[in-house]
Amino acid sequence: MGPIQAPSLSLAALAPLLLVFGAAAIGVLVEAFAPRAVRHPVQVALALVGTVGAFLATLLLAVDGTEEVTAAGALAVDGAGLFLQATIAGLGALSVLLFAERGLDPARSSFVAAAAVPAGSPRDRELLTSERVQTEVYPLAVFAVGGMMLFVTANDLLVMFIALEVLSLPLYLISGLARRRRLLSQEAAVKYFLLGAFASAFFLYGLALVYGATGTIRLSGIRESVTTEGTGTLLVLGLGLLVVGLLFKASVAPFHTWTPDVYQGAPTPVTAFMAACTKVAAFGAILRLLYVAFGTADWTWRPIVYGIAIVSMLVGAVLGLTQTDVKRMLAYSSIAHAGFLLTGVIGLGGGTGSGLAATLFYLLAYGLTTLGAFAVVTLVRDGDGEATHLSQWAGLATRSPLTAGIMAFLLLALAGIPLTSGFTGKFAVFRAAIEVGAWPLAVIALVASAVAAFFYLRLIVLMYFSDPAVDGATVGVPGLPTTIVLAVTVAATLVLGVVPGSVLDLADRAATLVG
Amino acid sequence: MSLTNYLVLAAVLFTIGAVGVLVRRNAIVVFMCIELMLNSVNLTLVTFARATGTLDGQVIAFFVMVVAAAEVVVGLAIIMSIYRTRRSASVDDANLLKY
Repeated sequence: MGPIQAPSLSLAALAPLLLVFGAAAIGVLVEAFAPRAVRHPVQVALALVGTVGAFLATLLLAVDGTEEVTAAGALAVDGAGLFLQATIAGLGALSVLLFAERGLDPARSSFVAAAAVPAGSPRDRELLTSERVQTEVYPLAVFAVGGMMLFVTANDLLVMFIALEVLSLPLYLISGLARRRRLLSQEAAVKYFLLGAFASAFFLYGLALVYGATGTIRLSGIRESVTTEGTGTLLVLGLGLLVVGLLFKASVAPFHTWTPDVYQGAPTPVTAFMAACTKVAAFGAILRLLYVAFGTADWTWRPIVYGIAIVSMLVGAVLGLTQTDVKRMLAYSSIAHAGFLLTGVIGLGGGTGSGLAATLFYLLAYGLTTLGAFAVVTLVRDGDGEATHLSQWAGLATRSPLTAGIMAFLLLALAGIPLTSGFTGKFAVFRAAIEVGAWPLAVIALVASAVAAFFYLRLIVLMYFSDPAVDGATVGVPGLPTTIVLAVTVAATLVLGVVPGSVLDLADRAATLVG
Repeated sequence: MSLTNYLVLAAVLFTIGAVGVLVRRNAIVVFMCIELMLNSVNLTLVTFARATGTLDGQVIAFFVMVVAAAEVVVGLAIIMSIYRTRRSASVDDANLLKY
């Protein structure tokens, strides 16, 4: 046996990942060694340096036109990967700003002061208004961002599985760390954890079956094997299980049951983070798996994805109608949007369609809009924290015209009204689906959009044309972090709707996957 | 003994685990069932490594063990925190979030 060959590592291509994971690891050390008083500002600064640095690094790589397979073939840093990494890092930085907001709540933070203190105990009530915060949320969130960025560039199934766990485990924890309504938050964490672990077991079994059928876990190797030897039962079964694991993370119906509960129970900044970033990461991995590994045998997955897209759009749109809680309503909206995104995946058309570019653009537009919508939810409050019941939003426009205006604009974007980014995104994915002949899917998607528009408009009508409730919500004055998030998301939603050309071009040029 | 037997055993274990997750009430038992599913995957991986004559499967099995250990840490922390408040780890009692 010869000496062991060191794998080739392109440090430049890995720079975004190294920055994020480096910031997270330093964050853990800060937690151990820095005195409590300085921890919060230091952690926020570190998290921002990591995520913004990674965002800039991906932009530099994209300008260079980096397109390579590195780390002994385990990572594929290509156009689509960099686009998704930049999206995740950017949305991650905005989420960290939401986490860092301390001015809104008299309790000084959305996050619990000491997670180990049992909820409702005298000590817990004592700590409710204290300055203390469980600052571990920042390194955990940055680890999750790192996992997501790894997820979208994973070029073999093992790395994909590890990235899935690296992004999920911190999310399970931070969704249980709300300062108010701790029981709901902990319940959300348990549900998310048990169902998430269940889904990753399915992903893993799929990995094992695909490995057994092809003898490799490298995506390009699977593609080769599929092309030369065809597909057997084992391989199709494995693909099905892999897709179940990924669709769960993307909260696509019928694997969505956790979504409303977790979105409602988790602290709202965490919900915003999950809704925006996890969706981008999960769809990035779905695109890579279906396109790179199974692109030449798209008959194996096309019928399943076609059916699931329909189910997801209808479930999201119809069940969204019956919701009375704003966060739950946005959760069903996220399920419906997952269905629209799958229309774009259908538009891949074996690699010739415009589906990839359309899906990339849609992910960016949806991530920004939904992040903004949840940021508004953090502003509307009553004496007991956030006021999320729909009835409490009645007549909000008379109390705060600006907040109601921003929410109305973001809801119109989610509904897909022209001059917002939602319209451009929907138009792009539906066109991609029609181009590959899936017009029945596009028709159903249009019907689902119309149904979903009803519940967005209902909230707008409630805010503008109802009399304010006596015990209605008040609108908090956002501090600097939340103001930045709102300004960026609203501006981006408007710009991507009015002049989407340059970003659509960018997505078009980025739409390459190597493997 | 043919390798198929190992695969069938692993599939049976995986199914027992999956059914357990769906029917058991105690969060700890549900969690143990998930661990059973992961271990059945390990058996499948090692069998396939033998069948295809590659080492990848055995290496992946090690990764799965590490990830399962990390999952135990996170999972037990979450279950403990809810148990300390409610004095119960039943998933049926966790029913505040619905509709």
